[in-house]
Amino acid sequence: METKTFGVDERGYFGKFGGAFIPEMLYPNIEELKNRYLEIMYEESFQEEFHQLLKDYVGRPTPLYFAKRLSEKHGTKIYLKREDLCHTGAHKVNNTLGQILLAKRLGKKKIIAETGAGQHGVATATVCALMGMECIVYMGAVDIQRQRPNVERMKMLGAEVRPATSGSQTLKDATNEAMRHWINNPSDTHYIIGSVVGPHPYPDMVSRFHSVISEEIQVQLMEKEGRYHPDYVIACVGGGSNAIGAYYQYLDDERVKLIGAEAAGFGVDSGKSAATTILGREGVLHGSKTILMQTPDGQVVEPHSISAGLDYPGIGPVHAHLYDVGRATFYPITDDEAMAAGFELSEIEGIIPAIETAHAFAVLDKMDFKENEIVVINCSGRGDKDLNTYIQYREEKGL
Amino acid sequence: MNRIHHLFKNKTKDILSIFFTAGFPALEDTREILINLQKSGADLIEIGMPYSDPIADGQTIQQSSMKALENGMSIEILFQQLEGIRQVVDIPLILMGYLNPVIQYGLKKFVKKATEVGIDGFILPDLPMYEYENEYKTLFDQHQLSNIFLITPQTSEERIKKIDEISDAFIYMVSMDSTTGRVGEFTEQQLSYFDRISGMDLDNPRLIGFGISDKKSFDAASEHANGAIIGSAFIKALAKDGEASIAEKVGTFINQIREGSSALSHG
Repeated sequence: METKTFGVDERGYFGKFGGAFIPEMLYPNIEELKNRYLEIMYEESFQEEFHQLLKDYVGRPTPLYFAKRLSEKHGTKIYLKREDLCHTGAHKVNNTLGQILLAKRLGKKKIIAETGAGQHGVATATVCALMGMECIVYMGAVDIQRQRPNVERMKMLGAEVRPATSGSQTLKDATNEAMRHWINNPSDTHYIIGSVVGPHPYPDMVSRFHSVISEEIQVQLMEKEGRYHPDYVIACVGGGSNAIGAYYQYLDDERVKLIGAEAAGFGVDSGKSAATTILGREGVLHGSKTILMQTPDGQVVEPHSISAGLDYPGIGPVHAHLYDVGRATFYPITDDEAMAAGFELSEIEGIIPAIETAHAFAVLDKMDFKENEIVVINCSGRGDKDLNTYIQYREEKGL
Repeated sequence: MNRIHHLFKNKTKDILSIFFTAGFPALEDTREILINLQKSGADLIEIGMPYSDPIADGQTIQQSSMKALENGMSIEILFQQLEGIRQVVDIPLILMGYLNPVIQYGLKKFVKKATEVGIDGFILPDLPMYEYENEYKTLFDQHQLSNIFLITPQTSEERIKKIDEISDAFIYMVSMDSTTGRVGEFTEQQLSYFDRISGMDLDNPRLIGFGISDKKSFDAASEHANGAIIGSAFIKALAKDGEASIAEKVGTFINQIREGSSALSHG
């Protein structure tokens, strides 16, 4: 349990962001989690079980792939961390697996989760099936319509999918409903939050479960390049779970530039965007102090992105801190730029990325690299779930 | 001493506190509701500042909040509506709402405005105790504004004692593990929780909220505390379609709670 400059402090803060802004009804659960998560997750038996399952069930370590043609195009060395090859198709399962093992050790019997595009819902339903635990996933009623295949996957895996019909009926409302469910069922239920958002200790806990991504990058880069650190790590940021996983081991290593891709939707100034660091202000969302998109009166604004997984009005407090102190740089990527990058990666590398992930690839065109620099892109998810959106987009644009 | 302290000094039983969402049903109803609540016999009023993402609230208050925001309610407008309210309403007034809109309005400005219009205290459910102690308490104390904390059946004895220590008005006892708006008779478990708290010999008086909807539940709650808080049921009464004016709706509702009959208000 190393102390990091960019790690969480004892009050649950990353710099001035974080904390646990929760109603009293959630206090005992959050307090229990806060007091026990580190002790439980660093127990030897926990680590053994977690890593065994990461290996045998998730398929870790995921490859670090040298993308030759993409590298040629950009005149540098680009590696892809293939989180898209994880079981269930994205990095999300690292966290759901970790949290369900933790929930079992806390004596919890039931699991709840929120989901936007359905990826975290599927990853949660999957580990619940694995562990034989009851699973309820809250999903915005609008998203249920947009993401039918993932809804059906969750049902096949034995989960109950409950529509969130409040507010804008998307990810933030699904999160609200999951929190309300937890308030109503505090003792036997654990809430598996799907990103590095929410009250302390969630952002730190979820970061730690995903830190395996950058642990592996270190080892794999050493094999391939004879050094542990790349010059750049690039990842897409909605709440920011795959990004923090890829950054984690490099947070204190200033040689490594940390780059985030935010969803700019139709454009930063279009009124239909999810570029939180540009459009947001400091405030409190879902239990932590962070940067969020809001009206001048402090009402939460509904964001837009073509990728449902980046369609979130805030970012995790750790990212708000990295942004605030200038440790990470965030690029806004429009829907069109992301889609173009998604098509390009498919054509020149044979990898169809999730549209969330495609945002990270779109950053490449905005940057200048030197010939021998090493760039690692976290290829956080695969695009199977997005085929309809890709097809529709092609048809609309006449591609 | 503020008006909340005076209330609990002069009255120790059957205190009726009513919550409503400012800006609902119509943007301009705030003053009318306040005046008629006092007239009908409410002892204390919690004015809800609507928020887009009220995680501790059930459907009724979620919907009234959405409607209020659509109607254009904001903290700024609410303070405008409350200007001069102390010329017509003298029972204690509490502002209740989530933290983010308050932070955006500006804490110092919020406290100043609240003091000017005659607010006596706040309930900010997502303001944690340590944040309150570090950044809010001194400012609130300077202006004699009371901060009201919630306790639930899950709150530890140690924490309740701590809350009792830093409270100076009353403690809001959440009656069950629930968001607002659920109703039903008190269970054995709830009653033993009420008794457990009564037995703790706390310094602050207590009001029970969540799940209180009619005379029966109000009376039952009042037996175990100094009174009770009604929110969702009152908002439902305000939302009812029909010819009745705000004054009539408020009068009928409060009479039902106090007397168990609506006929008396017109009798």
